[in-house]
Amino acid sequence: MQKTILTATRGWRMIDVKEFIQYKDLLYFLTIRSIKTKYAQSVLGVSWAIIQPLVTTIVFTIVFGRLAKVTTDGTPYIVFSFLALWPWNYFSGMLQESANSLVSNANLITKVYFPRVILPFAAVLSKLIDFAIAFVVVVVLLVYHKIHINYTVLFIPLLLLQLIMASIGIGLILSAMAIQYRDVKYALVFLVQLLMYAAPVVYSTNAVPENLQTYYAVNPMVGVIEGFRAGFTGKDMPWHWILPGMITSSILFVFGLFYFKKMEKNFADVA
Amino acid sequence: MSDVAIKVENLSKLYRIGVEHQKSDTFVSNLVKLFTAPISNFKRIKNLSNFKDITDDPSIFAALSDINFEVKKGEILAIAGHNGAGKSTLLKILSRITEPTSGQIEINGRVSSLLEVGTGFHPELTGRENIYMNGTILGMRKKEIDRKLDEIIAFSGISKHIDTPVKFYSSGMKVRLGFSVAAHLEPEILIIDEVLAVGDVAFQKKCLGKMDDVAHSGKTILFVSHNMQAVRALCNSGLLLKGGTVFYRGSVEETTILYDKTLREQDFTNLAELTSSDKRRGLGTARFNAIDLVDSVGSVRNYYDYKEDIILKARVKIFEDMPTLFFSWMLRSGYSGEPVASSLKHKIGNNLKAGEEFEFEIKFQNILRPGEYPVYFWLGDASLNPIDVIDGITPPLVITSKMGIEVIGFDPSVNSGVITLEKI
Repeated sequence: MQKTILTATRGWRMIDVKEFIQYKDLLYFLTIRSIKTKYAQSVLGVSWAIIQPLVTTIVFTIVFGRLAKVTTDGTPYIVFSFLALWPWNYFSGMLQESANSLVSNANLITKVYFPRVILPFAAVLSKLIDFAIAFVVVVVLLVYHKIHINYTVLFIPLLLLQLIMASIGIGLILSAMAIQYRDVKYALVFLVQLLMYAAPVVYSTNAVPENLQTYYAVNPMVGVIEGFRAGFTGKDMPWHWILPGMITSSILFVFGLFYFKKMEKNFADVA
Repeated sequence: MSDVAIKVENLSKLYRIGVEHQKSDTFVSNLVKLFTAPISNFKRIKNLSNFKDITDDPSIFAALSDINFEVKKGEILAIAGHNGAGKSTLLKILSRITEPTSGQIEINGRVSSLLEVGTGFHPELTGRENIYMNGTILGMRKKEIDRKLDEIIAFSGISKHIDTPVKFYSSGMKVRLGFSVAAHLEPEILIIDEVLAVGDVAFQKKCLGKMDDVAHSGKTILFVSHNMQAVRALCNSGLLLKGGTVFYRGSVEETTILYDKTLREQDFTNLAELTSSDKRRGLGTARFNAIDLVDSVGSVRNYYDYKEDIILKARVKIFEDMPTLFFSWMLRSGYSGEPVASSLKHKIGNNLKAGEEFEFEIKFQNILRPGEYPVYFWLGDASLNPIDVIDGITPPLVITSKMGIEVIGFDPSVNSGVITLEKI
C-alpha cells in the first residue's frame, strides 16, 4: 500500500525522478497533443517548420550577405546563415513555448496533480519535430553547394544535447517565474530578439574582440551555432567556443530543475 | 495494517486576498503612484506565496484553519459545506494540487481525484486521442488505457463519434467521454467534486451506478457536494465544514440536516445578482426587483419543512408600457436539473405603464418531498414570450423532513399542484 504524507515543504530539493518516469506516458501524450494541435486546420501544416527559418535566412542573406557583405570565412552566406538560424529558431521557440507552458496549462494545474515539470519538458520536446523537419533544408543546401562533411558531423548530437539542456534549463526557470509574474511573457518576446545579437547568428565570431571572447562563449548558443557551422561544413570543432557554453548549459539545466521544484508548490495558488 | 485511509492533522491553508488600496486624490500623488506601482505590484505578487510574517495582515485569508479528521478504509464520506466553507481548498490539498500552509495529511493508498470531468481535453483532438490525454493526466499508464479502451468507449455511449475531433461534440458528449475515462480509474481512494451535476439523467444514473460499484468494492470515496439528495443516496458518513473549520463529523443523516439548518442563515434574494442583468434572459421590458420566499409569519427563508406553507413574494418593475404581464415559476430537481413542478401562467398585471413598480404574493401548498429544488422564475407576455427569466440564480428551495431522511412521497389527501393567487 502506497503511503503519502502531504505537508508544507521548504527549501531546495531535486525533482522526483522516479515520479517523472512514472508519468512518462503523460509526457508522451502532451508532446503529441501539442504537435498535433499546432498545425491543425492550417493549409501548409508542418511546412511552416521549413518556411519560417528559410524565409528569414533568405532575408538575412540579402541584407547581411549581399548588402552589408558580412564575411563568413568561405562558406556561402545562405548556408552560414541557415546553420545558425536553424538552432536559433529552435532555441527561441523552445524558450517561449516552455516559458508559457505553465500559464497556458493553468487549467490543468488547478485541477489535477501530476509532476508539473512534465509541462515545460513536453513543450521543448514538441519543438524538436520542427527542428527535425527543417533538417531537410540543411541537406538540400549542403548538396546544392557541394559542401563536404567529415567526422566532425558526429559531434552534432552532442551540440543538440547542449542546446536542449540550455533551453530546458532556462525554460524551467522562466516558466516557474512566468506563472507568478506575467511580465516574463512580455519581456521574453523582445528579449529573444535582442539575444539573437548576443550570438553569432548574422555575423561571424571573427567580429568579436579577442579579449571578450571568453565571456562571449559563456552564452551556450555561441558554441552551438559555431559547432553546427563547423560540423556541417567539414571543419574542425571549435572547442574553445563550445566548452564554456557546455558548462553554462549544464549549470542552467541543474539549477532549473531545483528552482522549478522549489517554486512548484505555489503554482496552483498563483496560477 | 491500519484501517485508516486518510488522516488529517492540524491542517491549515492560508491565501492572500485582494485588499482595497488607498486611493490617492491629487494629480501629483497619482503621478507618483504611476512610478511606484511596479514596486508595490512586485511586493503584492511576491507575497501571493509568502506567509512568513502574517500577524495582523488584513490580506491573509484562512481557507482552512486547524482541521482534524480521519477517514477509514471503505468509508464513503460526504464533505458538505456552503460556499466558502473550505471544501474546494480541502479537496485541492488532498489531491496534491496545492500544499497545506501547515499541518499534515497521511494518505494510505493510490488517490485519484476528479475535480472536473475531461481535464486536458483538447478540442482539436479526436475522442480516442482525448481518452489517452485525459487518462494519462489522471495518472493512468498507456498500457492500462490500451487495455480498457473498448470498455471506456462503450461506457461513454458515443462510439460512433470516437474518431471525431472533440470540438464537434456537444457538451453532453464531452462530459460522457470524460466521465467514462474517470470511471475506469482504479484508485484505492477516490475524491470526487460534484462532477455528477452534469449530463443527462440516464447518464447520471449510469454514473451513480458505477460509483456505487466502486463503493461496494471496499474503496474509500470522498464526495464533495451541495446536493444533499445525492449525498444521502451515496454516502455512509459525513463531514460538514463551516468557515474553514470542521463543524460536524459523523453520520450522513446528521450532516445533511445540519447542512440544511445552516442554509437557513442565507438570504434567499441575492440582490447583487438580481440587479445585474447579464445573467438574465428575456426582453427586459420588465424585471424582477426582488424575490423572496417567506413563511407564514413573514420571515424570509428558503428552508421549509414538509407541508409547511410557503409564500412567494416578488417585486416587479416595468420599463415599457404593456397590456398584460404573466408570471410563472418552476422547480427543478436538485439532482438532475430537470423541471419537476411548475405553476400555471398567472396574469399579474393589466395596462402597465413604464416606471411602475408593484409587489405580488403567491401562496404555495407545499407537498414536495424533502430535497433541494433550484427555482426558475418567469415573467412573460400574453403570447408567452419571456420578458425576464431568473434561472437558478437564487439559492434553491430546500424541503426537509423532521424525521431525517425519511422519504415522503405523493400525498393524495392534499389538493396537489394548486397555487392560489392571493393578491396583486
